[in-house]
Amino acid sequence: MRNQQPLSLHIPVPHARPGETPDFSYLTFPEAGATRRPDSLTPEAQMRDLPYSLIRVLAEDGRAVGPWDQHLSPDILHRALRAMLLTRLFDDRMFTAHHQGKTSFYMKSTGEEATAVAPSLALLPGDMCFPTYRMVGFLMARDYKLANLVNQIFANAGDPMRGRQLPLLYSAREYGFYTLAGNVGSRFGHAVGWAMASAYRHDDRIAMAFVGDGTTAEGSFHEAMVFASVYHAPAILCVTNNQWAISSYQGMAGGEETTFAARGIGYGLPGLRVDGNDVLAVYAATLWAAERARANHGATLIEFVTYRVAGHSSNDDPSRYRPSDEAGAWPLGDPIERLKAHLIAIGEWSEVLHEALATELREQVRAAAKAGEALGTHGQNPPPKHEMFDHVFKEPDWRNLEQRRESGADS
Amino acid sequence: MTEMSMIQAIHSALDVMLERDPDVLIFGEDVGYFGGVFRATEGLQAKYGATRCFDTPLSEGGIVSTAIGMGAYGLRPVVEIQFADYILPAYDQLVSEAARLRYRSGGEFWAPITVRAPYGGGIHGGQTHSASPEALFTHVAGLKTIIPATPYDAKGLLIAAIEEDDPVIFLEPKRLYNGPFDGRHDLPARPWTGHASAEVPEGYYKVALGSAAIRRPGQAVTVLAYGTMVHVALRAVEESGIDAEVIDLRSLVPLDIDTITASVNKTGRCVIVHEATRYSGFGAELSALVQERCFYRLEAQIIRVTGWDTPYPHAFEWDYFPSPQRVAEGLRRALEG
Repeated sequence: MRNQQPLSLHIPVPHARPGETPDFSYLTFPEAGATRRPDSLTPEAQMRDLPYSLIRVLAEDGRAVGPWDQHLSPDILHRALRAMLLTRLFDDRMFTAHHQGKTSFYMKSTGEEATAVAPSLALLPGDMCFPTYRMVGFLMARDYKLANLVNQIFANAGDPMRGRQLPLLYSAREYGFYTLAGNVGSRFGHAVGWAMASAYRHDDRIAMAFVGDGTTAEGSFHEAMVFASVYHAPAILCVTNNQWAISSYQGMAGGEETTFAARGIGYGLPGLRVDGNDVLAVYAATLWAAERARANHGATLIEFVTYRVAGHSSNDDPSRYRPSDEAGAWPLGDPIERLKAHLIAIGEWSEVLHEALATELREQVRAAAKAGEALGTHGQNPPPKHEMFDHVFKEPDWRNLEQRRESGADS
Repeated sequence: MTEMSMIQAIHSALDVMLERDPDVLIFGEDVGYFGGVFRATEGLQAKYGATRCFDTPLSEGGIVSTAIGMGAYGLRPVVEIQFADYILPAYDQLVSEAARLRYRSGGEFWAPITVRAPYGGGIHGGQTHSASPEALFTHVAGLKTIIPATPYDAKGLLIAAIEEDDPVIFLEPKRLYNGPFDGRHDLPARPWTGHASAEVPEGYYKVALGSAAIRRPGQAVTVLAYGTMVHVALRAVEESGIDAEVIDLRSLVPLDIDTITASVNKTGRCVIVHEATRYSGFGAELSALVQERCFYRLEAQIIRVTGWDTPYPHAFEWDYFPSPQRVAEGLRRALEG
């Protein structure tokens, strides 16, 4: 039978372009507290509603509500707030440093801080995070030295990566933070292998890996999902859906055909869809999946729904492809403001304390930046040139040694 | 010592390492219960249990990426890619991840993985079961590439590869699995039985990565070869009566440059033989290295005898595969030049 109409090719387009009114009507979600919380050992087949719901704990009035509320101690909440605020202030300072030519490149995680900070606090020492480049909050929550970050960003003599990596592509093994790279997605399978190794050794360590919404289109995402499913890897596999992959909106990765959490269904992996700007919800979902993984029930896929407030990087101008007031219209608010409101609502915080904390952290960041600048900004006082030839192999081969001499690095 | 074929020697290396090191585990397509399409892992699952030797989904990218994660954890995974032709879905993992993990992390993470893959032609495999992709790996900083030519070396090199803390691509010339094929496809296939290098210790031993072997000392011309082509070159030397020095590289990265330069400085002539396509093949690197280091001792142009720059053609296998006759012709050209 012939078609009644000629075929037409569908090209997805975002709901609003520059000059248009921001439109998040595509994003529908339940009230905080409305999504059920099955026991973490529940068979996947009995939880197929969860990938289409949204786990939320923080209500509009700042209260923590519903079955996903873990009744976290004020201490944890204070640590989360501190780490998120530190991340944001650090980002702002380093972004400015880029404008001043002190670094070659920068990427902010503004608006997404909860998705890095809460997992950092929820995981145990010995677990490993396989992060994206928008997750410095993970290190902030673990009191990683700001000096290491600044020196890496400036690629100066104190750079732990020895000047080999773009800014933000950190590695911090002792802090449970796996080596980053700019190619997206290709560590997802490492997390699964790492988790399989933990199971192989009969350890109790788990892996937690992150990709963005855009990266779910990469083959490596699906390969990792298959292996996680087949071998019941004790891993938490996360999609940080921040709506934008540079200029490609989440619909370009299939986000308008289904949810990213629902990608788990085809693999038989539980899928949780979580309000990524609700630090209590992120923490609770991480804990749920960690409990499941440690009980040898395998991997969980989590979608954190959030919004990339900043441009993709210091080289990107998002006003060229999305409404410049889109961030203000984002319906899930700001993670720092929401946690702050919650702490105030439960009598554990105040505007005065908040301002004092911001001042303290701003000073910490300023001091770290100054110390880094004194050691050297981009192009000044880099690590010794001969180190360029180290770590290609465990021991340099004759080419490394010859070329080190040839480059003049030995003299 | 026991007489082993190359596939038996590889099997023995895996057996020895599974026995010796609980951090060693093996996985790949069909390698578990079935024992692999070439039988390299036959019986190992039954002997060591399913978590030591197991099947995987048909996903080379998934195999290598999970191996890297396990390596970062502290294990020593040995994975099999069923045919080297099928390694390309894993290429991103090998190039962008395995090779650079140590470098980019400032030494914090590394991937002590061994990737085994049967490679090369002469088995009527057509263009999807005959490839020689070694140059795709030798070009990558951070990868080691090993190719044995005898049962003794296959076992000793594989054990050394597994114990390496760097990622190793271990290419097995599958035409040599069951016998020392010398390119004379018109003659009956010979088994390894009776071959000197088929005498293999049953236990643990290593052949160091980065050392070449002189298979036949000679004065007239140096032949650089690896894998199946070592045997083809020896045949060519025998048939032509030319007093060539035949060097089996064994290890492309790290390369035993001293053995190569010493030989070419002695003979003043060099013929490079490989199955892979010529253009940008590993022979191009060898040729450049030899002229850089032996220029004033060279008495003739450096000759390359290789596969043609086409995909591997099924019906024209013996026109494509560098024959003893073509190698001998290369030797004569090197002597005339």
